[in-house]
Amino acid sequence: MDKRLGLNKYEIDSESHIEVDKELCEKCEAKPCLFVCPAEVYKLEDGKLVYSYEDCLECGTCIIACKGMGRGAVNWRNPRGGFGIVYRYG
Amino acid sequence: MAAEEKFDVIVVGAGLAGSTAAYVLAKEGLQVLLIERGRQAGAKNMTGGIIYSRVVHEVFPNFWEEAPVERAITSYNIVFLGENSAVTLNLKAPGLGKPPYNAFSVLRAKFDRWIAGKAEEAGATLVTGVTVDELVMENGKVKGIKSGSDELLADVVIDAEGAKSLLVEKAGLRGDFKPEDVSVGVKELIELPEETVNERFNVGGGEGASYTLVGYTKGVAGGGFLYTNKASISLGIVARIDMLVEKQVKVHELIEDYKVHPFISKLIEGGNVAEYSAQIIHEGGIAQVPRLYSDGFLAAGSSACLLINNLFTLRGMDLAVASGAAAARAVLKAKERNDFSASSLSAYESLLREAFILTDMEAFRRTPSLLNNRRFFTVYPDLACSVMEELFSVNPAPSEKAFKVVRRHMKGKAGLLDVLRDLLGVYRAL
Repeated sequence: MDKRLGLNKYEIDSESHIEVDKELCEKCEAKPCLFVCPAEVYKLEDGKLVYSYEDCLECGTCIIACKGMGRGAVNWRNPRGGFGIVYRYG
Repeated sequence: MAAEEKFDVIVVGAGLAGSTAAYVLAKEGLQVLLIERGRQAGAKNMTGGIIYSRVVHEVFPNFWEEAPVERAITSYNIVFLGENSAVTLNLKAPGLGKPPYNAFSVLRAKFDRWIAGKAEEAGATLVTGVTVDELVMENGKVKGIKSGSDELLADVVIDAEGAKSLLVEKAGLRGDFKPEDVSVGVKELIELPEETVNERFNVGGGEGASYTLVGYTKGVAGGGFLYTNKASISLGIVARIDMLVEKQVKVHELIEDYKVHPFISKLIEGGNVAEYSAQIIHEGGIAQVPRLYSDGFLAAGSSACLLINNLFTLRGMDLAVASGAAAARAVLKAKERNDFSASSLSAYESLLREAFILTDMEAFRRTPSLLNNRRFFTVYPDLACSVMEELFSVNPAPSEKAFKVVRRHMKGKAGLLDVLRDLLGVYRAL
């Protein structure tokens, strides 16, 4: 996945546009974010959810999966103007 | 950006819907602010993808003469993928490669810059690198937008932010999206020399091929696509969000499977992957379309979930252009009355009907549930391949008649009644 994302151009913001409510997330058994994110932004490390907002393709899949099949712990907003993915082909 | 400044219209998103709306409005002399969160128009956008030409031609006559299109599609293919084989339905129609054409492959980074440029030429003010975070609301009426601590006001806000549709939600026009109504689409842009694309896909210079790929998705509802660009190929997968979770499959694993499938691997051989992109796609059809307008607010393009999939054609981008134009025309009518209330903007809905968008979406209202039928993406593609392979094979053994071969391969996978019911479903939906 790193190799795949390495092909892309990003303008990385110093602040994250993704926040995860830890309490809600810990109660979630399904953790749909782990399967649906095409950039594997969400991962489990020692049983805890970690996320790398820098890799985000801004597709919005996690918002729908987390709300609809998880606990709604993912709070996703658009990155600040100009930051995030920069598609050169699209 | 001064806070006291007021525009006639603020358009959020310089994609196809937004730039078209801004173009139509600015041409009529309105003060239009077109806001794009990417560094330039197109920076956040991706498509499979092909854009159907004739509807776009109505708004931008002969656009292909100046727009950065990749190839005019003259070869249309539906491919059923089995484990190691493929059955293809192919249309070769050189006539579709002549004006006004049928469809073009496009790359959004280039195409969206062109269309945003048209809006600017017409007099719209384009600002890039600005994210709209909120709507300015007053007694339930939309009065403008907020970006960070800046507030900008307008008579009308046209939301063309794209499929995430966050402002439509904030305007209270839709509830939560359901995972079973939404797919995630991913694409690899694979570079190949222009001559190699011509030879490999058996097309003349400037002409191209499109492939809808059915099956071979580990039981996940969805499918794939392959389109030829000038000097690259767009290969991708579309997979329903809920089923990725149910099957515990990752969408990029499906694209990896595709790339080693004998039908696809030969087509992309020697290519160089240059970009990986993703997008959500609203597949719920007319039932998923939110309320399209409220006081001072209109939604166009994929933020309004406008998408028509009838198995043969998957239309999103031309609907974005048409709905952007319709939204602009509704605003122009409202401007004549100087009334931007929901009832005044309701002309938008009739304009979308006149443009056949809502009428087509209603006509194909059964297609989403048809596409959700597991047999269509699990049983039938494989069945088509195994039956055809046997029918085209000769063995030193007694032969069976075709229908018997079909029945034998169906055993345990689909009953005769299932097949009849599904055929009736196809008849009704399409």
